[in-house]
This record gives sequence, structure tokens and C-alpha cells, in this order.
Amino acid sequence: MSDERENAIDVREAVKRYGDFTALKTISLTIKDNEFFTLLGPSGCGKTTLLRMIAGFENVTEGEILLYGQEIENLPPYKRPVNTVFQNYALFPHMTILDNVAFGLEMRGNSKADARKRAGEVLELVQLSQFAARKPSQLSGGQQQRVALARALAPQPKVLLLDEPLSALDLKLRKAMQIELKHLQRETGITFIFVTHDQEEALTMSDRIAVMSAGELQQLGEARDIYERPRNMFVADFIGETNLLEVSVDAVEGGRAKCHLGGGHELTCNAVDEIGAGSTVHMSVRPERLFMSDAPTESESLKGTVKENIYIGTDLSTIIALADGPDFIVRTSNSDRGIKRIFEPGSDIYVNMEQGAARLLID
Amino acid sequence: MAAGAASGGSATTDTYAEAKTWLLMPAWVTIGIFVLAPVLMMLVYSFLTKEFRGGVIWEFSLSAYDQFFFDRGLFGDDPPKIEWTYIAIFWRSIWQAGAATLLSLVIGFPTAYFIATQPEKTRAMWVFLITIPYWVNLLIRTVSMKFLLRDQGPLNDFLLSIGIIDSPLHIVNTNFAVQLGLFYSYLPFMVLPIYAAVERYNFSLSEAAADLYATKWVTLRRILLPAVKPGVIAGCILVFVPSMGSFLAPDLLGGAKNFMIGSLIEEQFKGNAGNWPFGAAASMILLTMVLIILMIFARQQAKAEKGAS
Repeated sequence: MSDERENAIDVREAVKRYGDFTALKTISLTIKDNEFFTLLGPSGCGKTTLLRMIAGFENVTEGEILLYGQEIENLPPYKRPVNTVFQNYALFPHMTILDNVAFGLEMRGNSKADARKRAGEVLELVQLSQFAARKPSQLSGGQQQRVALARALAPQPKVLLLDEPLSALDLKLRKAMQIELKHLQRETGITFIFVTHDQEEALTMSDRIAVMSAGELQQLGEARDIYERPRNMFVADFIGETNLLEVSVDAVEGGRAKCHLGGGHELTCNAVDEIGAGSTVHMSVRPERLFMSDAPTESESLKGTVKENIYIGTDLSTIIALADGPDFIVRTSNSDRGIKRIFEPGSDIYVNMEQGAARLLID
Repeated sequence: MAAGAASGGSATTDTYAEAKTWLLMPAWVTIGIFVLAPVLMMLVYSFLTKEFRGGVIWEFSLSAYDQFFFDRGLFGDDPPKIEWTYIAIFWRSIWQAGAATLLSLVIGFPTAYFIATQPEKTRAMWVFLITIPYWVNLLIRTVSMKFLLRDQGPLNDFLLSIGIIDSPLHIVNTNFAVQLGLFYSYLPFMVLPIYAAVERYNFSLSEAAADLYATKWVTLRRILLPAVKPGVIAGCILVFVPSMGSFLAPDLLGGAKNFMIGSLIEEQFKGNAGNWPFGAAASMILLTMVLIILMIFARQQAKAEKGAS
């Protein structure tokens, strides 16, 4: 269904080099109209570079970027119908909040009075009307962040680019802003491209996520895809907590791969096309998809000993050593207490996994 | 610390206040000796009677100021008329210093911007290069300038040889030569404060402006210039004030017709023919004029700021 929408951004085999250094290695991706799209990755992965290429602050070394079907490489930033929320906000310090927000509208040819009136409306949208006459330095970080957002939204861009806009806020404010941004995106219908290194933030807000590392696109998909069906080691490791273990593949049949871990423990993983029998690869299984029991169950069971219980608020994290094998981490929700037993360190138990929980990964 | 806390808050405050007084002494002494004393001395001298071979007679007199503003004829007994000679020199000084400041700004601003936008490693080298000519004595530099600009000098030779002009340009002994000389004398005072301001400038503001559909020219005018204004103002003051009182460039490059106030004052203290009270009075008038100009400027600045917010 989403495929019927127009492409807002079409990145075609874009490469970015700075001298000998390649910041982006041949990236191709499309961002749909009216989508909340996130570029996620550790610092230095090239996500901000890609964003700046879309904004027009960096040129494209090779390949092309299309904005609603139009090639934009030769358009300077001030001719591109995209606006940016900068990481450090970049508010104009000598202008009032109202003039900051009105600036883009004025530059687009609105009269000063009209620009100010519209700016006032946008300030109302981000609940900052009472600060219109102040200077940026008189506002808190969270308020400045909203001004930056209002300023970028005011000229009604086709695409809004957000460069880690929440990274300077404290946790509580950040969480509130995540929800607010998501609502704002739905209300305005503007395509958002959001850059972050915070995987939880990405999962919370995005329609689709592009995971990047070392200048390459690692995986592109909806939050659930990325979390539950990571394609490779990097994605599985970067997004959330996981058990990442080396396995040998014995046989592949009907989408299932029979494998064994160090110590000879046998288990079945979801197969991937690229991996055949006889190879040694990694598999990933999320700790919350595992549970413990005294005796083997109908699910796949691996025998082990409890090493340690770690209380982490919502969950209890249990570290289990398989006999002669690797360690597993199992997460039990604290709300399940009473339903599921707590096993003390030293108890011999079985680690059980639901079918399909374990996945083979490309390196 | 612990002792201070034990002996009570007021004792600690007193100790700090006393320490502050003593620690500020060097600053006060410096200001007193190097700023207040010379100005006061000048003020006193301007109200004394002149001695004919230079120096003063300790007798109160208003004649220095009277000579500056009024013409009482050859023997001093005609009815007083306004003396325009010195006022004209003053006016020329303001005008010349203003033109030199403008020239410095037009050349200095792009230079400072260029340096500030170079990679961090090479910036220091550029600043260093800008200051190299200023290791040479100002007199030597001004004389060199005269040689460079004169009718048979390298500049005219060059222009003649490539055929842009048919006869040499007469630059020396014009107002323009003086402006050029002043500009050259004080250029680093314009470049360095602007450079410091541009270097501190957050260039993502320019990106934000471009992102919000502002062209480069609008970004320069509405975002960069307001942000670096303190540096520009400092540069203009640092060029304008010494240009006003300068005498080397007007003497060497301007000739007799382009006399400036600095030369007038200089003459009063040179050799045995001078008139110290008159020189002191002219200096006081110069000081007052500069202060008035700066105050008008500052007031307008404050008004503009108020109007903007």
C-alpha cells in the first residue's frame, strides 16, 4: 500500500568522498511522501552526510538525489523546498523568536506582516506564543528546540530534515518530544527525515528505518522488521539487546536451519538464502524471546546453569551458562513474577526458545 | 576556607573586599599614570601662557583656545572674527580619517572573512602574514609608500608599461594619497578584530539562513553582519581614532595643502618655534571631538538595538 505513494526522496547510487575518504559508499534508497523516515547509525556512519546532501550543504560525488522526481544536485540550499532542524538549533541570536520563525516565510516572498502573522500561528502550534518577543538566549534548551522546529516548519517545506534534534535534551523531555514530533508529522503531512544514533528513539518514532554503518546501508525496513528480523550482525547488535552466538549450520531445509552451538547444543534457526549447510556463522535471539524451566519443554530446550540475576526495573535479566557452551541472557518481565519462576544462581535449568526466535545472520 | 567559615560570614567578606582593593591597585596605578596623568597635564598646559622658545609660563590664560577659534587681526586688537583655518583642518581630519576607515573596512572585512574561513592550521599563518609589514617602522613604510606612488614610481611605471594610462597619475600630494597612507598604516587594526569576530561566528547560522531560502547576499547582510558587528565597530574605532590624530601620512603623502590636525599639533611641540599651550588646546579639542563622535555613534547603536527588539 505504501508503494502507491509518490517518492519524496530518491537517492540513486549516491557516493560521497572527501579526498581519499569515502563517507558514503553507493547508497540507494527511496523515501515515500508523508513518511517518518529515520536514518539510524553510530556516529561517523554517514547519516548526517546523507542528510546534508539532501539539504544541499554537501554536493554528491557520484550518483543523484531526486526530490519529488526532480534532480536537485544543481540547486543551491536556498532553492530547495526542504528545511532543516539543526542539531545545535542554529537560531539567529540577534532576532526575536517571532522573527526567527518568520525569516523563512519572509525569504519566500511573504510580506513582513504576513510572515509574522503566519509565524505566530506556527508558534502557537508548538505552544511558544508567549515567548514570541524574546531572544533565543532567554529560552531553555527544550524551548529553543521547539523554536528551531517551528522555524523549519513555518515555510511548509515538502520535506523536513531533522539532524539529531533531541540529543541535547534530557531523557524525560526527549521522550515527550518524540511523541510530539510524531503527532506533528501526522498532522502536517510533511515528510520527515530524522537522523539519530539512538535506536530506541528510532523504533519509537519511525515508519521506516534505514540502519547505516561505515558509510553503507545495512538494512531498511519498518521498526518491527529491523528489530525482529535483523539481516546481519551489525543490525542485530546495534538495535536492542541480543544473544549473538557463533553457530555451525548442519542442514538447511524448508526455511529452517539445523545448527549446533559450541558444546554441541543443537538448535533450529530461521534460515537465510545466503547461508548454506557447513558454514559457521552467527545467530541472534532476543533475550525476551527466551524462557526458563526445570524440565525440557515442547519448545527447543538447551541445558544450562543460572550464573547471575540482574534486576533492571521492568525486567529481570538472567545470565545462563550452557554446559561447555556459551552464555545466554534471558529476560523475564517483572510483571510475569508469580507466573514464571525466578531461578536462583546455581540452579540447573533449561533455556527454551519459541520457534522462529533464533535467526541466522550474515556477517 | 574552614577558618573563614568558622570566623563568620562578615569577616570573610571583609577579607575578600580588602584583597580585591589591593589586587586591583596595579590596574588603577597604570590607568592613573598612563591615561589620566597625561590627559590632565595636557588640560592644564592648554590653559597656561606660552613661552616663546617652547615651554610654558605658569600663568592662567585662555589665549590658546582664543587663538584656535578667533581671529583678532595681526596685532590682536581687531574685533574678533571666527578663525576658519583650524576648523577647516579639523574638518579635513575627520573627513580623511572617515574615508580611510571606510577604505579599511571595504578591504579589511573580506580579508578577515577569508582568513577566518581558512582551515584552522593555516589561519595563524595568514594572521602572521598580515602583521609582517608592521614590524617595519611606520615612518619607513610611509616613505616607501610615497616612492611607490610618486609620478616616476613603480606603480606609474607599471601602469604606463601595460598601457592603461598615457601620462603618470598624480597621486602623491592628494587627499587620496593620505587616505591610502592612513589605510595602509592601520589596516591590521581593522582586520584583527573582525577576524576574531568572524572566527567566533557559528557558521551553521549561515547554513540555517540558506536553508530558509536566504541568498548569500541576504545572509551576509541579515545574519553574518549583525553577528560580527562588535568586531566591525571595534575595527572602525581602532582605525578612525589614530587616523584623526595621525601626522606622518598627511605630512609625507599629503603635502602642505593636506595638513591634518595631527601635523598641526606636532608642529607646536617641535623645535623652538612651537606653542605648547596651543598644541595642548588643539589636542584637547581633538580628544573632545573624538569622544563626541564616539558617543553619537554609541547612542545611535543603542537606539537601533532598541528599535530592533
